[in-house]
Amino acid sequence: MLKSVIEADRRTVLRGAAATGAGLVLAMVLPMRARAQSGAAAVIKGGATDTAFAPNAFVRVAPDSTVTVLVKHIEFGQGPLTGLTTLVAEEMDADWSQMRGELAPANTALYKNLAFGIQGTGGSTAMANSYEQMRKAGAAARAMLVAAAAETWQVPAEEITIEAGIISHKVSNKTGKFGDFADAASKRSPPAEPSLKSPSDFKLIGTDRPKLDTQDKATGKAVFTMDATRPDMLTVVIARPPLFGAKVKSVDDTDARKIKGVVDVKKIPQGVAVYAKGFWPAKTARDVLKIEWDETGAETRSTDEIVADYKKKAATVGRVVRKEGDAEKALPENAKTLQAEYVFPFLSQAPMEPLDFLIEADASGGEAWAGTQMQTVDQAVAAQILGCRPEELKLNTMMAGGSFGRRATPNADVASEAAEAAKALGRKKPIKLVFTREDDLHAGYYRPLYVHRLKGAVDQAGNIALWDQVIVGQSIIEGTPFAAQMKDGIDPTVAEGSEDIPYQIGNLRISTHQTKLAIPPLWWRSVGHTHNAYVVETFLDELLAMANKDPVEGRLELIGEKNPRHAGVLRAVAELAGWGAAVPEGRARGVALHKSFNTYVAQVAEVSVGKDKLPRVHKVWCAVDCGVAVNPNVIRAQMEGGIGYGLGHTLYAEITLDKGRVVQTNFDTYRSLRINEMPDVEVTIIKSDEAPTGVGEPGTPPISPAVANAWRKLTGTPVRHLPFTRHVQS
Amino acid sequence: MAITFNVNGEPREVDVDPNTPLLWVLRDELGLTGTKFGCGVAQCGACTVFVDGMPQRSCVTPVELINGSDITTIEGVEGPEASAIQKAWVEIDVPQCGYCQSGQIMSAVALLRDISDPTDEDIDGAMTGNICRCATYVRIRQAIKNAAAELKG
Repeated sequence: MLKSVIEADRRTVLRGAAATGAGLVLAMVLPMRARAQSGAAAVIKGGATDTAFAPNAFVRVAPDSTVTVLVKHIEFGQGPLTGLTTLVAEEMDADWSQMRGELAPANTALYKNLAFGIQGTGGSTAMANSYEQMRKAGAAARAMLVAAAAETWQVPAEEITIEAGIISHKVSNKTGKFGDFADAASKRSPPAEPSLKSPSDFKLIGTDRPKLDTQDKATGKAVFTMDATRPDMLTVVIARPPLFGAKVKSVDDTDARKIKGVVDVKKIPQGVAVYAKGFWPAKTARDVLKIEWDETGAETRSTDEIVADYKKKAATVGRVVRKEGDAEKALPENAKTLQAEYVFPFLSQAPMEPLDFLIEADASGGEAWAGTQMQTVDQAVAAQILGCRPEELKLNTMMAGGSFGRRATPNADVASEAAEAAKALGRKKPIKLVFTREDDLHAGYYRPLYVHRLKGAVDQAGNIALWDQVIVGQSIIEGTPFAAQMKDGIDPTVAEGSEDIPYQIGNLRISTHQTKLAIPPLWWRSVGHTHNAYVVETFLDELLAMANKDPVEGRLELIGEKNPRHAGVLRAVAELAGWGAAVPEGRARGVALHKSFNTYVAQVAEVSVGKDKLPRVHKVWCAVDCGVAVNPNVIRAQMEGGIGYGLGHTLYAEITLDKGRVVQTNFDTYRSLRINEMPDVEVTIIKSDEAPTGVGEPGTPPISPAVANAWRKLTGTPVRHLPFTRHVQS
Repeated sequence: MAITFNVNGEPREVDVDPNTPLLWVLRDELGLTGTKFGCGVAQCGACTVFVDGMPQRSCVTPVELINGSDITTIEGVEGPEASAIQKAWVEIDVPQCGYCQSGQIMSAVALLRDISDPTDEDIDGAMTGNICRCATYVRIRQAIKNAAAELKG
C-alpha cells in the first residue's frame, strides 16, 4: 500500500498534513548519534537491558554481547522485526543467537521510512527501504568494534576477523566478544561510509530463519496493545453513529451509569465514550445508552444504489490515465468483441486484534501505546488534540494483531478517538480504547467499492485489437495528507495494476472516474491491485480464450521481451505446476500474473466445484521474484498468507449498506477463510541479485483471478461481481 | 456475587456481574491476557480455553457457569500434547501476527488429546472454529501433523 507516497518528499507530506489539520511541526531534530531510546515498549525480551555501546539509533550492544536492533517498522506478521535484525547481524558477523529485536518508538527523525519521509509501514516497503540503512548500521557497529579490538590488542585492524560474534586476531591468537569491546567502541566515532559485504559473502541473508517473535506467540506471552495495562486504567468503548456522516444530537446515559464498574460517560466529537473498569461493563453500558442521532447529510443509500450510480458513470470515458494507439478506431473486419462490467464490494481489513489505543495523558503531554502503522501521523494527531507537541506524547510501538492497512489511517481515526476520550475525562486516568468486532466492521475505512467497464476485441489473427477500460470508485488519498502525491487530481491508487498493464496491446485506453462518498476509504492489503489485478487477469484470460490461445503462452507472447521479470515468474510457475499436463477429472486450473510494489508474482490455482457450489481450491502454485530473498521462510509465509487472505475475501466477503446501515456485524456475516477452505500452497522463489522488494502484499492480487480463470474453464461462467457467494446457484 | 474456580491449578475468586464472560474475567480481573478477544460471539476461537478439560469459547461463557470448574489457559497448558504442539509451532514458524495463535494452540492440543493421529478431516473438524486472518493454515495443519508424529515417537 501507499505506493503513491513511495517517492514522497517528506516536506510535501508534512505540508499536506498541516493543511488538513493533521500536523503540527512534525520534524524533530535529534542527533543521529544519540543513544537509542531506552524506554521503548519491550515486546521481545532481550538478554541484558543495559547498553554499553550504541553506535547509532538502531544498534545496541550489551555487556553480555547481546545485540538489540531497534526496528523502525511495526511487526504484524510480515516479519520486519526478524528481517531488519538479520540485516544488522549479517554486517556485524554476529551469531544469530545473540540477536534481539525491539520495536522502535515514534521518532520521525530517527526512524522514518526512507520511502515515505515519515515513520510508517506500508506499501510493502519495510525491507526495500531498510536494506541499505540497516546493513550500514550493522557495518558501522562492526567497524567500531574492530577498531576498538585493534587498539586494545595493538594489532592492525585489517588482520582482525569476526565470525559468529567472535572477534579474532589469528596471528596473535587473541579472541574476544562484542561485549568485551563495547566500552572501547563507544568512545570511537562511527565511520562515515562503512563498507558493506559483497552478497557472495552473506551468511544469514538468503537462508531460512524462524521469526524472533514466534516463541512468545506460541506461548501466549506476546504483548499486544489489547493486553497492555497501566495502573488505574479505564477501558473505553465508544458509541458511534449508525450512519456515515451522522452526529450525536442528544444522549441519555441514566441506565448506563447504573452499571457496576462504569466510571463516566462523555460526549466526544466522534460519538459517546463510556469509561469503565474493564471491557465488559463498558460494553454493557454502551448497549443501554439512549442516543438520538442527527442524520442530516449522512449517507442513506444502499450499496445497490451506489453500484447503479457507478455503472452510469462507467458508461462514459473518464480521465485517461494510460493510452496506447487509438481506442476509438474502427475495429478490424470480423473482429470478435467482448464487453464486461465488474463490481467489487467494500471490504473491511478486519485484523484479528480489534482496533485499540492506550493513552496516559497528563498536563504536559503523556505516553501512548499502540500497534500503529503510521507513528508520525498518530502521534501528531493525538498530540494536537491533547494540545502538546508530538514529542511530548511519547508513542510506543506495540506488536499488532494484524492490520492489512487498517492501522494506517491518514486522519489517525483510532488515535484521535483515544486522545479525545482522554481529554474529555480531564486526563485523570490512563484510558484504553477498545473496538468490538462490530465496531471494526462498521467503522468504514474500507477497500472502496469499484465498478469497471471493459470493451475488448480480438482480430481474425488472434491479436488483441482493443482494450478500453473505465474504472469508477473512490479516491483513497484525496483530501488526506497524502493528496500531495496526486498528479492533476488523479489518485494513482485507483488504477494501479491496470495502468501499468505489462501486456503490449496496440489500442489501449484506461480511464477513471473518482467518486466521493461519506464512507471513509482506505488501503487494504495490496490497495488498488486487489480489483485491478482481477479485471486485467480475468478479462485478458477471456480474450485469450476467444483467440484460442493458451493462458500461459498467450501471456508470454503479449509480454514479449519488454518485461522479463513478469515472464520469469510466469515461466517458473508454469514449470512448478506442470502447466499443460493432465488435471484430475472435475478440476481445472487457472493462472494469473501480477506485479505490485515492485514484486512479481504468478500463481496457478487448481479448482473444483465444492459441495457448497463455490470454488474448492485444492492447490496453489506460486512463483515470486522479490529481488534478494533475505529470508525465504518469511517470503513463503507471506505468499501462503497473502493467498489465503485474497481467497477468503474473493469467495465470501463483502460489506454492504442497507439504507446507509452496514449489514454485516461479525465473522458470521463477514465470512473469513477457514482452515478447511485453505488450499495447499507451493512456492518457488526466483534467485535474484536485484535489491529486495516487499512481500507483505504482492501474494494477494493474483489469487482471485487465478481462481476465477479456473472457475470459468470449469463451469463456463465468468464471475464479474464479487464475492463468489453472490453466484451460488440454489 | 462471588464466584470461585481454579485457573491453571490455582484457586481464584472473583466478584463480578455473573453474566460477565469468562474471557473478560481472565483478562481484566486476573490479568491473564494470553487468551484473546477477537469477535465476542464464538466465531473466531481466539478466546479458546479448557473448561474441565474441554475446549470452550470463553467469550460466550458466562462466569457463573464455571463456578467450581477447572480452567486451563495458554499460560498453563501443559502435558505431552501441549509440548509437542508448541515445539512444532516454533519449528516451522507458524505464527504471523500471532494474535489468534493462543486459541489455535488450545484447539490443536485438545485435538491431539482426543485423536493422537488425526487425518486432514479430523484437523478440519477440530480447527474450523479458529479463524486466522493471516491465513497461517498451511503451517497449522503441518505443525499438528508434526506434533502427532513426534508423540508417536
